[in-house]
Amino acid sequence: MVNEINYLDMYYQMVQIRRMEEKAAELYQQGKIGGFLHLYIGQEAVSTGLISARLPQDRVITAYRDHGVALNCGLAMKEILAELLGKATGVSGGRGGSMHMADPSKNFWGGHAIVGSHLPIAAGLALGDLYKKKDSVTICMFGEGATNIGYFHEALNLSKVWNLQVLWVCENNKYGMGTQVNKASAVTEIRQKAEGYGIPNERVDGMDIMAVRKSSIEALMQVRSGKGPYLLEIMTYRFRGHSMGDPERYRTNDEIKKWEEDDPIGNFRKYLMREKISTEKQLLEIENKAEDDVAESVRFAENSPEPKIEELFKNTYFTD
Amino acid sequence: MERISMREAISRALWEEMERDSDVFIMGEEVGLWGGTYAVTKGFYDHFGEERVRDTPIAESVIVGAAIGAALTGLRPIAEIMTINFAFSAMDHIVNEAAKLHYMFNGQFVLPLVIRTVSGGGRQLGATHSQTPDAIFAHFPGLKVVAPGSPEDAKGLLKSAIRSNDPIMFIEHATMYQVRGEVPDGDYTTPIGVSKICREGKDLTIISYSKGLELSLNAADELIKDGIDAEIVDLRTLRPLDMGPVIESFKKTNRAVIVEEGWKSFGVGAEISSRIYEEAFDYVDAPIIRVAQKEVPLPYNRNLEQAALPQIKDIIIAAKEVLNG
Amino acid sequence: MADIITMPKLGFDMAEGTLVRWVKREGDIIEKGDVIAEIETDKATVEVESNYSGVLRQILVEQGSILPVNQPMAIIGTEDEDISSISLIKDELKVPKTKRNQEGKEKTKKVEDHASGQVMDTSKSRFLISPLARKLAKEYGIPLENLKGSGPSGRIVKNDIDLFIKDQGISSVQNDKDQIVPLKKLRMIIGKRMTSSKKSIPHFYITRNFGVDKLFDLRTQFNDAMDGKAKISVNDLVVKATAVALRRFKNLNASINDNDQVIQHGSINIGIAVSVEEGLMTVVCKDTDTKSLIQISRETKEMAERARAGKVKPSDIEGSTFSISNLGMYDVDEFIAIINPPEAAILALGTAKEVPVIENGSIQIGMVMKATISVDHRISDGAEAARFMQHLGEILQSPIALFVDI
Repeated sequence: MVNEINYLDMYYQMVQIRRMEEKAAELYQQGKIGGFLHLYIGQEAVSTGLISARLPQDRVITAYRDHGVALNCGLAMKEILAELLGKATGVSGGRGGSMHMADPSKNFWGGHAIVGSHLPIAAGLALGDLYKKKDSVTICMFGEGATNIGYFHEALNLSKVWNLQVLWVCENNKYGMGTQVNKASAVTEIRQKAEGYGIPNERVDGMDIMAVRKSSIEALMQVRSGKGPYLLEIMTYRFRGHSMGDPERYRTNDEIKKWEEDDPIGNFRKYLMREKISTEKQLLEIENKAEDDVAESVRFAENSPEPKIEELFKNTYFTD
Repeated sequence: MERISMREAISRALWEEMERDSDVFIMGEEVGLWGGTYAVTKGFYDHFGEERVRDTPIAESVIVGAAIGAALTGLRPIAEIMTINFAFSAMDHIVNEAAKLHYMFNGQFVLPLVIRTVSGGGRQLGATHSQTPDAIFAHFPGLKVVAPGSPEDAKGLLKSAIRSNDPIMFIEHATMYQVRGEVPDGDYTTPIGVSKICREGKDLTIISYSKGLELSLNAADELIKDGIDAEIVDLRTLRPLDMGPVIESFKKTNRAVIVEEGWKSFGVGAEISSRIYEEAFDYVDAPIIRVAQKEVPLPYNRNLEQAALPQIKDIIIAAKEVLNG
Repeated sequence: MADIITMPKLGFDMAEGTLVRWVKREGDIIEKGDVIAEIETDKATVEVESNYSGVLRQILVEQGSILPVNQPMAIIGTEDEDISSISLIKDELKVPKTKRNQEGKEKTKKVEDHASGQVMDTSKSRFLISPLARKLAKEYGIPLENLKGSGPSGRIVKNDIDLFIKDQGISSVQNDKDQIVPLKKLRMIIGKRMTSSKKSIPHFYITRNFGVDKLFDLRTQFNDAMDGKAKISVNDLVVKATAVALRRFKNLNASINDNDQVIQHGSINIGIAVSVEEGLMTVVCKDTDTKSLIQISRETKEMAERARAGKVKPSDIEGSTFSISNLGMYDVDEFIAIINPPEAAILALGTAKEVPVIENGSIQIGMVMKATISVDHRISDGAEAARFMQHLGEILQSPIALFVDI
């Protein structure tokens, strides 16, 4: 069964992500965000389209480029920004930072920093659901760089052997940090790796949100029908560097510009206008609202308290 | 009370907990049809079925990783890593994921996970199959590490571990499965993070756990013939470490020997002796002696292997030395 | 030409002393006679005066250093003269031993308090000792040098403390009501000396009753005559009497040396035991037999005051050839004193009491004082000592002998 969705809401989420990430970049440069910051700018259609297709019982788990994914899963923007600022009101109470956002109540399982390490965990989530005979699908997102590490192979293999309900989603943004796919991976069509595990797969244009959504709906249906895991390779591009501070010596400005003309938000805007799903005015309103959201979230985050030093050891163990 | 082996005690703990709670299940290499390479899960597959006794591919990362994921959904998985030597293939998932998820996500992720594994050398299996790197895993806050030294404790501690909502590494010893001991009847649990004085004495304190404990008890029986009455403390849990009984004993005897099968450098003894010097400096009457494996990858040849491993006689020599020091 | 201040020899048997603290600092102007440092010998802490005037140009040793006698300690010269050739001595000096100190913390504190800018950690021990044993030694106030270590390299361990305690009969069962009082420095010094004296000197003792009526009369007469301008005590009289008596008994005013030779001293310097807060000190009246009673009285009083104030001079306490200890003020019948090495004898005075005496066949009331002499049997014997006591008795009976040679 297809998840009916308000297209405008999808547009709203994409713009929210874009503006939020732009603001995060600003805050990082002001020194208010520490550590690593991996921006989702350019990839908004992937998570928005994908997660718009999920049912409430479906689990989402991703790597470290997780702010957008978190928003799509229903986490509050202000809590995401508060986490980036390390505040006590942040998603993870300031303990996780950019790479470790999560909220089990919204079926969002993080936010993981070690490349590929969350894939076995995704298999485990699906195992749990299998054990309890639930029809949940675990949607596991990862970059193409993660398909070269052992964890990817162990997880995909096990998902097939045990018939786990996992939708493996590879966001192929062409660069693993600074290394082009063809220099890191034996096959540049990542979906071919799924072939090795007997897992059905397809490639999707990640700059077209409608295409992403359509493929996601179909893939989820397939997985949920008990036919085992599926792999979606979604082609996309990140307009900014791997993370803040990336000198981007590995690609040209021309290349970036070219992709920016294929901006997924721009594309969707055109689509909505063309299909007469919304008016210019409505879209502008949405865009303004998104900007207000960001402003309000920044205010909230900046005014939020720091975590208490006395609570340093809290949650080291469950039993304390 | 019943006199059973370590293997039997562990096996019963697993069985009883699986009967008690349907969310408990086992996954690992050869745990099902084979019955476990140490025969701990013999008979489980037939009784509990393949859903609850899951044979996995040889893929340690996903064994631990999937166990983590399953634990996140609310189940109580017991992942078996055939020997602790293979745990290195799952190192990321043990120390980066299992140990840290609860903290990093501010308590939102609960991991009632047990990783059962086996330490120890002495059966000529060669260096990469014979290690006792327990101390390494005890290094990480967020992960609990338990290593019983007796069948009674093995059963009680494993039950506690399974019922606990913390990720726990449960380390058994390869050459202790046939060690027998008295085990109480019925259901009982042993608290994690509590050391125990298991032999009272007055001349010196021997601190140990797992295989080292077995050797120490034997050494004490020999030492008493020379009029040396050793008090022995069994740590039982490496993290969190309970120094209470250790310090209590040390204040009485003022001299200590620490016994472990791992290497001396950066090992369990290094931690314990440091803590004794910190917490009971004024009670130190002689330098603390550590008995441990020689600094060498464990050789295949039987004599060489035994020469490298700590022996009962090494403990006896150390005890006498510490009394003269 | 600059002058060098060296560790003074403050007693004929002194081999080394501890430079406890510098009273003057480098750059201070020194007048001859100024106290520039405090030195501790095995008898007491004494002030050292400078024999030179000038500017204290350089201090060569640090506070807390133990130095052999004659070791250079400081340089005094004019403000600007070149002392580089002399100050080379500092480099040639052997590294001075630091004071073994059980009361390390207190010592260090004392040094800091004087704020001469030099703080020296004098608590470094030369002892190998386990932390446990160190703690126990401190608790029981056992000086580390009293312990013999049975551990590796002679390390002192708990067992050594246990044995020591058993040996000393110190109750090792500590009661809540027990109070642990660490031994003070002076007590420890006294303890060491007396132990050594008792161990190495074969003491023998002779007790005698002395009729002191005439002595008391003389005292009264004397003090009346002086009319408050000066005052003498019975003790002063006994001191002089003893000194005079010793003129004829050179063997009792002597010392024995390592070569089995008896040195009969040329002067008679009576050491008088004075009670001070931390124990006992012996102040010395030089050439007692030649001094007048007023002199003896005054000197004794002044030295005793200095001793009690902790400001005793080296000359106050060095050089005694015969000691007298008087417990007369405590209603003591008699007692036996321990010889102050390297002296040959010591006289212990009891209380002078009114007792019945037989005179010419009838009972009279007489003033009698019992005195006991302890003598080193290597130097003298019973007969000689008895004759001395007899002669002393004669002088005390006829005090005119204090003034003329009978």
